[in-house]
Amino acid sequence: MEMVNLTINGVKVQAPKNATILEAAKSAGIHIPTLCYHPDLKPEGACRLCVVEATGARGLVASCCYPVAEGMVVQTNTAQVRKARRLVVELLLASHPKGCLSCRKSGDCELQRIAADLDVRNHRFDWGERKTYTLDDSNPCLVRDQEKCILCGRCIRMCRDIQGMNVYSFARRGFHAMVAAAFEQDLSNVACSFCGQCSAVCPTAAIMEKDDTERVWDAIHDPDKIVVCQVAPSVRVALGEEVGLAPGSIVTGKMVAGLKAMGFDKVFDTNFSADLTIMEEGHEFIDRLQHGGVLPMVTSCSPGWVNMCELKYPDLLPHLSTAKSPQGMFGAVIKTYWAEKANVNPAKIVSVSVMPCIAKKAECVRPQLRDSGFQDVDIVITTRELGKMLREDGIDFTRLPDAEFDSPLGFGSGAGAIFGTTGGVMEAALRTVADVVTGQDIQQVDYKAVRGFEETKEAVLNIAGKEVKIAVCNTLGSAMKMMDRVRAGTADYHFIEVMACPGGCIGGGGQPIPTSKAIKKKRMKAIYSIDSNSKIRKSHENPEIKILYDTWMGKPLGEKAHRLLHTHYSPQNR
Amino acid sequence: MMQDTRIRADVLVCGGTACTASGSQEVMKRLREEIAKKGLSEEINVVKTGCHGFCENGPLVIVYPEGTFYVRVKPEDVPEIVEEHLYKGRVVERLLYHEPTTGKSIPTYKEIDFYKKQKRVVLSKCGAINPEKIEEYIALGGYEALGKVLTTMTPEQVIEEIKKSGLRGRGGAGFPTGMKWQFAHGAKGDKKYIICNADEGDPGAFMDRSVLEGDPHAVLEGMAIGAYAIGADEAYMYVRAEYPLAIKRLEIAIDQAEKMGLLGQNIFGSGFNLKIHIKKGAGAFVCGEETALMASIEGRRGMPRPRPPFPANSGLWGKPTNINNVETWANVPQIILKGADWFRSMGTEKSTGTKVFALTGKINHTGLAEVPMGITMREIIFDIGGGIPNGKKFKAVQIGGPSGGCLPESMLDTPVDYDSLTKVGAMMGSGGLVVMDETTCMVDVAKFFLNFTQSESCGKCTPCREGTKRMLEILNRITSGQGTETDLEVLEDLAKTIKVSALCGLGQTAPNPVLSTLKYFRDEYEAHIKEKRCPAGACEKLAQYFITEDCKGCGLCARNCPVHAITGEPKKRHVIDQTMCIKCGTCMQNCPFKAITKK
Repeated sequence: MEMVNLTINGVKVQAPKNATILEAAKSAGIHIPTLCYHPDLKPEGACRLCVVEATGARGLVASCCYPVAEGMVVQTNTAQVRKARRLVVELLLASHPKGCLSCRKSGDCELQRIAADLDVRNHRFDWGERKTYTLDDSNPCLVRDQEKCILCGRCIRMCRDIQGMNVYSFARRGFHAMVAAAFEQDLSNVACSFCGQCSAVCPTAAIMEKDDTERVWDAIHDPDKIVVCQVAPSVRVALGEEVGLAPGSIVTGKMVAGLKAMGFDKVFDTNFSADLTIMEEGHEFIDRLQHGGVLPMVTSCSPGWVNMCELKYPDLLPHLSTAKSPQGMFGAVIKTYWAEKANVNPAKIVSVSVMPCIAKKAECVRPQLRDSGFQDVDIVITTRELGKMLREDGIDFTRLPDAEFDSPLGFGSGAGAIFGTTGGVMEAALRTVADVVTGQDIQQVDYKAVRGFEETKEAVLNIAGKEVKIAVCNTLGSAMKMMDRVRAGTADYHFIEVMACPGGCIGGGGQPIPTSKAIKKKRMKAIYSIDSNSKIRKSHENPEIKILYDTWMGKPLGEKAHRLLHTHYSPQNR
Repeated sequence: MMQDTRIRADVLVCGGTACTASGSQEVMKRLREEIAKKGLSEEINVVKTGCHGFCENGPLVIVYPEGTFYVRVKPEDVPEIVEEHLYKGRVVERLLYHEPTTGKSIPTYKEIDFYKKQKRVVLSKCGAINPEKIEEYIALGGYEALGKVLTTMTPEQVIEEIKKSGLRGRGGAGFPTGMKWQFAHGAKGDKKYIICNADEGDPGAFMDRSVLEGDPHAVLEGMAIGAYAIGADEAYMYVRAEYPLAIKRLEIAIDQAEKMGLLGQNIFGSGFNLKIHIKKGAGAFVCGEETALMASIEGRRGMPRPRPPFPANSGLWGKPTNINNVETWANVPQIILKGADWFRSMGTEKSTGTKVFALTGKINHTGLAEVPMGITMREIIFDIGGGIPNGKKFKAVQIGGPSGGCLPESMLDTPVDYDSLTKVGAMMGSGGLVVMDETTCMVDVAKFFLNFTQSESCGKCTPCREGTKRMLEILNRITSGQGTETDLEVLEDLAKTIKVSALCGLGQTAPNPVLSTLKYFRDEYEAHIKEKRCPAGACEKLAQYFITEDCKGCGLCARNCPVHAITGEPKKRHVIDQTMCIKCGTCMQNCPFKAITKK
């Protein structure tokens, strides 16, 4: 890599030729405050907080996007820079509500932190106009509080450049510029997948997940209710960040103990129903493969992706696997199989799921997911919301003794565990499909071709003498490119996995903030270590799964399974 | 003109937007009718031309070959012109331009002061040809430069010639055009674009519109030469949709040029191709900023992005792109044809050639004037512009549009060139020149321009979106008598910081009207703040109405006052209660004796 030499604050720095001043400064340990910058997004130079003086430039330049050059001299802390930087914060505060104390983002808000770091306590524009907007809480997933928007544009870039959904854009001009969905409509009226990635990159409380924690507390405190919960595979590798642990910490046991301490009657593992999904989806795939079904078959466990398909590719819905997501299967099984086994009235069960995902909040209220005779899953909370509840409950998380999931429905294989990352569903399915098709116990279970962060991965596998072509997509942007190919008939795959969020569920819209590729990589590594440390690494070898089918469910794709574990999709006109 | 030997006279009727608005189309129709009635249609040719620049006096009619210049011609004047001038050969004296000071009539336009000091290069064909006929452009040497370039010059030679000419961008910043072309020429890429920025948006500016309406081919030819020089085969003309006449004439011009093989495929048989598209802008001021303009062409919201990368390396759709403004392009064919040395012979060493200015505001000759660079502001305003109307005193001139500054009387001898203007806190800008007299309040002017830039801010960067809003709020307070001395400090602080920290040219220059008025007219700000007084008497909220001794006591003012602030006995002088007065001015409008004054 070609390097250039520059000087930042008198320190000699070497940086790659295509680096920005911000990157070069960071490598030299010089901190420049930023707001509109996000490591996973293309820099825009919009907020002007990161301005610096640089030779050869007129005025101050935004270090987040200004390239370094040989011999460049940069100053990040002159009087002029400090003045400009402070003015930016002052101006943002002048247009921002002052209710930090009552704000949900308080403590995690980047604007608040920067104002504190730069010691901007007051601003000179008390008399200034403030914009007022009505709150958009029109949907089950996201709440938009425009008054708290600082127009950094991260949500726009995330939704447009990575997710390809283009829900948000800037509208209006001057002081009245705003981030708006089409025709300034509420999110419930526009083609939003509810992936929630916007909320994961929003620096303030302008876009947040809908807070369902109060409903959970109400259920826990209701003596008539039996409150059970399931926890998704990727939550255990991210929840630690909510309580101050390093990214990639595996906190399964403490998480279960914490949930029990909070008052949940039973704590189950979504890894179990991930195995169940593989049983159904794997057999469905074999069935489609052997009986001329619609191919390529596409996974359906990511609800952001399912929404996107229903919104933008309704003609491709027959490609979606009819197998419910792990959350959906769990919901149906708890209020039937488990209720029967535990001899409890399913009407009294409040089924809560803890998910990395914002779109799961919309999934659980789908009219299709009421096969138990009730709404299968009652409340969905995200990893972030669970973190908040643990803190609220005063639980000293790191000192909790490890606890075990409740049984049955509390055991998951390594295959179930890797559902939490891009490529995981595919790998888990292949482990089972290979065994079922060959009738053997194949020892090689690592499918490395589907692992990693690339947005699209593909491989050709040989299963029982048959060539199987697979592809794995993460981000809705890459899914869109893939579906365009499917529509055009140029995607000759048999099986495609799609995860809406970057990196899969470890990068879900409901995961802890801050988030970045580097952090997600650590979560991903933790997921694979859970898998490799598992004694049972194939879904069909999960003993609790075997018992479920043998004693109650019958066969995969059987009558009962069809009724409880499969679903259908319909186009959405938003 | 004069192609037909039977034709003995050409009657040119201005078809520019201003003359059209004042009725030139009707005049032209009547001319044709009257000429036909007299049976003169075979020998007298009526031509619709582009703008002559003397818009204040429109509709304009010029009779050639002698060049008789009729002003403010109404349809009912037409029979007289036809009968007297065209039939009997007698000039209609009353319709000639009359020198305002002496009252003397001036028969031909070249003798009018307005035109005498001008040097019309870019505007040389405006008003002289029918812009809707390519033949007329060709007859005056049109497309000769393109032919020369394509058949005898290499792209490098073309760039060298433009560099040598010293031509600088006429859109505002004054970047050397040849150097810009050099960058785009040197950029790697199999596909390159040329763009003409015709998104003229400064309040009161209409230079580019007049050029496009009056001489569209000059701009197209310039673009073709530029395309050849940088290696582009596709070009965009970004013109605001509010210029329907310019768009129509461009469409006609492109169509005619393509049919003649002067644009399109294999131009002049040289193998060089150029497709020029017209892209209509929706009227956002910020789309005049090049990166926002390109975003707009690409179909995105017009918002600037930080540079680098510069368009020369990564422009339209990420391809190397060269953008110049209308007037810059229009200069190019003549430089090629007459040479860089000819171009350098006009203007100053570092600002060569001429510049077109749109004169507006409190000036006698509202219109378009093209002058050699280096001429003083005083010459433009007083010699060409005819000074200030109604015997009022000159106060300031705003140059460079919302990005420019206000210069006082003491700066009037500043030479008009890029560097001198920047030095005194203004800028060349695209050429808008707004003249103000003693009745103009400079705080109010700053407020006007800031209101414009704030409402046209794209909203992307904090200093521009939020900062200009707070500046505007301060100016509103000052002009309504609520300003404090702290306000002035904060205002200045905001202005200086926004100037260095905003993302694009719009934001970086938005504080200029405030900074320049603070520099030259600080006393006016202070009068508003400390004495709660507007020295120009322009700020309504600070005005006080008084009833003078001329009051006859008719009571009309008292009856019309909406808040009953006026009292008085019949036939005796009335009084306004200043504590009740809401300064609406109704009393003043209703007084039949002009006995109410505003201070």
